[in-house]
Amino acid sequence: MSQSLRPILLFAAMAAALLAVGFGQGWPVMLVILNLCLISAVMSVGLNMQWGYAGLFNAGVMAFVAVGGMVAVLISEPPVMVGWEAGGARILVAGVMVATFSGLIYALRRFISRRWIKNWGTAALLVAAYFIIRPVFEGGVTAVESIAAASAGNLGGLGLNILVSWVVAAVVCMGVAWVIGRIALGLRADYLAIATLGISEIVVAVAKNEEWLTRGVKNITSLKRAPVPRETNLQQAEWFQNLVSTLSGTNPGDAGFKTTVIEASSIFVKLCFTGLFTIVLGIVLFLAIRALNSPWGRMMRAIRDNDVAASAMGKNVVRRHREVFIVGAAILGVSGAMLTTLDGQFTPTGYQPLRYTFLIWVMVIVGGSGNNLGAVLGGFVIWFFWIEAEVAAQWISVNMEKVLTPYLDVVLISLGEGSLKVQHGVTWLKNAAPHFRYLLMGMVLLLALRFSPRGLIPEAGAARAH
Amino acid sequence: MTDLLNALVLMLNFVIIPATSYGAQLALGALGVTLVYGILRFGNFAHGDTMAFGTMFTIFFTWLFQGLGLSLGVLPTALLALPFGIGVTALYAISIDRLVYRHYRVKRSAPVILTIASVGVMFVTNSVVRFLIGTNEQRFSDGQKFIIKARDFKEWSGLSEGMKLKTTEALTVVVAGIAVAALFWFLQRTRMGKAMRAYSDNEDLALLSGINPERVVMVTWIITAALATLAGVLFGLDKSFKPFTYFQLLLPIFAAAILGGVGNPLGAIAGGFVVAFSEVMVTYPYKKFLKYVMPENLEPSGLMQLLTVDYKFAVSFIILVAVLLIKPTGLFSGKVIRA
Repeated sequence: MSQSLRPILLFAAMAAALLAVGFGQGWPVMLVILNLCLISAVMSVGLNMQWGYAGLFNAGVMAFVAVGGMVAVLISEPPVMVGWEAGGARILVAGVMVATFSGLIYALRRFISRRWIKNWGTAALLVAAYFIIRPVFEGGVTAVESIAAASAGNLGGLGLNILVSWVVAAVVCMGVAWVIGRIALGLRADYLAIATLGISEIVVAVAKNEEWLTRGVKNITSLKRAPVPRETNLQQAEWFQNLVSTLSGTNPGDAGFKTTVIEASSIFVKLCFTGLFTIVLGIVLFLAIRALNSPWGRMMRAIRDNDVAASAMGKNVVRRHREVFIVGAAILGVSGAMLTTLDGQFTPTGYQPLRYTFLIWVMVIVGGSGNNLGAVLGGFVIWFFWIEAEVAAQWISVNMEKVLTPYLDVVLISLGEGSLKVQHGVTWLKNAAPHFRYLLMGMVLLLALRFSPRGLIPEAGAARAH
Repeated sequence: MTDLLNALVLMLNFVIIPATSYGAQLALGALGVTLVYGILRFGNFAHGDTMAFGTMFTIFFTWLFQGLGLSLGVLPTALLALPFGIGVTALYAISIDRLVYRHYRVKRSAPVILTIASVGVMFVTNSVVRFLIGTNEQRFSDGQKFIIKARDFKEWSGLSEGMKLKTTEALTVVVAGIAVAALFWFLQRTRMGKAMRAYSDNEDLALLSGINPERVVMVTWIITAALATLAGVLFGLDKSFKPFTYFQLLLPIFAAAILGGVGNPLGAIAGGFVVAFSEVMVTYPYKKFLKYVMPENLEPSGLMQLLTVDYKFAVSFIILVAVLLIKPTGLFSGKVIRA
């Protein structure tokens, strides 16, 4: 198969699969899958920059996704004025103090060359900062969290349009990535993996426990998601009713018109998201491809393939790695903010490493490390199977139950008093069905890595020794 | 004087005893990680789930023995089931190596590719555990619960603070001690152990001197599986078995291995205890302790807790960051097995 035809055929197959879902399971289901496919593709492009361009093992994708989600909350939620009055000032003061101490530590490490002063001074400053800032901060937190705990108990956000957060999330994630990069880049490759794994656990712990910031496990629901309208508002709007009536050929008085409007509003909202996400994916993909084909991208691949030679040519390997790590993290942050926008809520307990870190890895490896189109395809394919695997497993377990109903009391193995009957097997299958997709993803990753290490759409002209 | 004794007992009861047994569990986990680092030269992300896998099978055998009426009296039945759990896990680890890792070893792939493969193994192992035992919490410790009960200690000593010593805590330290001694004897004294050290030190030279690499790797996996199962079972007996917590142990275990110097067994043990003690000491509320130690008018008002328990991962992380910034080679850089 020629190189140029292969991606087209693969994307056509993916589109056909999505269309099949549309006809089989209905268009709302298909659009739900498609929207998450688009977000997954953005994540996958972001991770592909870090892994595919530069060979960096980021085991903390979830950290950037969760930070993106938190930024979406803090930008779009209206400020909780009572909370600010109660303890906002103290928290702000604590924030200023954190900034001051960070500045001091930076200055110390920058301008003093004696190693022991540097290290002990940093340690002393950190300890001092902890004991000075903590009482100020905690007083504020207690005050904020005790105000209207059932409905708020937090400071809220800036009350801006949630689209703003997509940009801000990128900036914040760049900051986080800069810090991690300073610590863990330039050492053994797997140290970065462990450091990012740690950061991701901490970010999620912050999201769960800092109620003044995110309401923690009390969750933040019903985020405003303008410019996309809400279904209920749409159903009342006259222009929308007229549109539905023209498209479906029914009139507002007809029987069943209401159901049609409700269905149509759900599809319309999802299509709005699809449009927005497609634009973002388009921009990200365009930039990523341009970056990869620029001198910077070629240098990146050269460093990846032989860092010793690249460094002999005068390239600053650690610095370049930091750059690409930061850029990739920014894209991951955008995807996190998009995800929270789509959900319309922020639920910290939902962030699981298998889903938000390692699944993205499967996407990149399967799609094609180092190839942006491959990463997009991987995002689509893997998300599709992740969803449909569960549907398939449920379908199998339900049908097995139907088939086996007459034989539920047949004894399989008899063990003294108790015995293993068919019904035990059926119950087991029902309980096991939701876990099927983890097995599938593990197998897909292992098989892809073994038999198709360059992925569905391989990197052009790469002679990478796997 | 009584106040000081009370403070001491308080520390023993809530910090030193729990941290020692937790440290022994982490040390066993870190030993497994460090062995794989040293011999197979990659960071094994599936180690937490291997621990869960071994613990699961030990639980199955425990249930079987309990059903058959076998028991060890005051000791938990799980101890009897342990060898069988280790056996199954070792078989699993060896077959995974045959099916997954060997290919990359033969091809001499970059270590990071093996780490990614271990992510795939992690997914598969995780789902096997979910399939077989589910995601619920399991408690499988039986036998006598305490060696020293808090109330008995109070009556005996006349102090107002009690001290308890759980059977599982004592057992953890004893079993871990025996396992570590056996491991070091094996690495230092036996032919195979020496071969492993040689292979870890310089692969090419070891091959040249006729060491069979496949045998070295196989033995490594058996030892790793045994250490992982031991760590998992002791942790599960002490606390409880929940598949997801085992994945989260990965961070403190890796922190311990890196702190001790990757590939260095002695360092892994030291690292395990450092991480465990830091975690427990940083998340312990010192209010009561200070009440005993400080003069009466200087009693603290808050809980005097440096970090809440929710942030215990942060402790491993901070240790990790400190090591990476100050001494990336770890405390002990390679005496026995070097990466």
